[in-house]
Amino acid sequence: MKKLLIMAITVLLNFTRTFAADGYKVGDIVPDFSLKNIDNTMVSMSQFKDAKGFVVIFTCNHCPYSKMYEDRIVAMNNEFAQKGFPVIAINPNDDEAYPDDSFENMKIRAKEKDFNFPYLRDETQEIAKQFGATRTPHVFLLKKDNGVLKLAYIGAIDDNAQESDNVQVNYVEKAIDAVVEGKEVNPVNTKAIGCSIKWKKQEESKK
Amino acid sequence: MRAQSVQTMNYEDVKKRLSNGRDTIYIVNFWATWCKPCVEELPEFEFYSENQFQKPIKVLLVSLDFKNKLNTTLIPFVEKRKLKSEVIWLNESRYEAIIDKVSTEWSGALPATLFSTKNNTISLFHEGTMTKKDIEIFLFTLKKDL
Repeated sequence: MKKLLIMAITVLLNFTRTFAADGYKVGDIVPDFSLKNIDNTMVSMSQFKDAKGFVVIFTCNHCPYSKMYEDRIVAMNNEFAQKGFPVIAINPNDDEAYPDDSFENMKIRAKEKDFNFPYLRDETQEIAKQFGATRTPHVFLLKKDNGVLKLAYIGAIDDNAQESDNVQVNYVEKAIDAVVEGKEVNPVNTKAIGCSIKWKKQEESKK
Repeated sequence: MRAQSVQTMNYEDVKKRLSNGRDTIYIVNFWATWCKPCVEELPEFEFYSENQFQKPIKVLLVSLDFKNKLNTTLIPFVEKRKLKSEVIWLNESRYEAIIDKVSTEWSGALPATLFSTKNNTISLFHEGTMTKKDIEIFLFTLKKDL
């Protein structure tokens, strides 16, 4: 019995570690994806011929932290899409447990908040898993480098979710500026409080 | 006189609390009333406040509710649920700043739980919902290390 328990602990602890370490890291090459946009078209990064990179943001409708950033994401796309770094928002949440995050509700929310960027549905949650996204919102900045997309920054949008007026560092803006100027991105990883991504139940039991 | 249902502390104060009991295992659960999986797993932690155990176990429910929801949402929630565990509202101007202090393994997603014992020297961390089994395994691991 004791042996079994120890085995279980080892499995659990290893699981916790690998889970956190999974997904892309800064510098990794990121393959393209194809996901359904709220206008029912399929969107992939290769369609953006002039893009120098992308601000991929895992987000959703229901999470208060995602809501706090909606206006800031719209403003970010206004500023950076024309500079070659369009925003692509992806909602990976299980809409059975969280009906607010359904495809239909994504359309409604995008309209209410005048989203000026693709808002894609990651129905299978595969893309969120590939990226190693853990929370909403969770940003992955990609830059084009010799024809491939590489990860340049992972983390928070800025350093103050609750008070946009008191932001000291706008991490994504800073990272894009560094990429454009050919300088080193610093910091390349940041953390933020957010809602956990709501994984589907059958995946939970597989763990 | 009724005990305060929710105490206000910054993270340094919480850390000091963890250094108090020598053999006490502290279960520090980071949650918020707006976080559905957090609210759903509260009974699993409440179990350890409702019952007595051979080794002392203390549950601290550290809320990251927004400041303007403290009186309107958090306190009514705690009183309505009659929570037995100690509830602390985390008074930090930027929650982002405490993530790595809690654990470098924490990405920032809620819920998250820290198990700490022996004057805060031995700790285990878990991001995401914990089942009854998960909690038991963590407690077993810590007791073994005592």
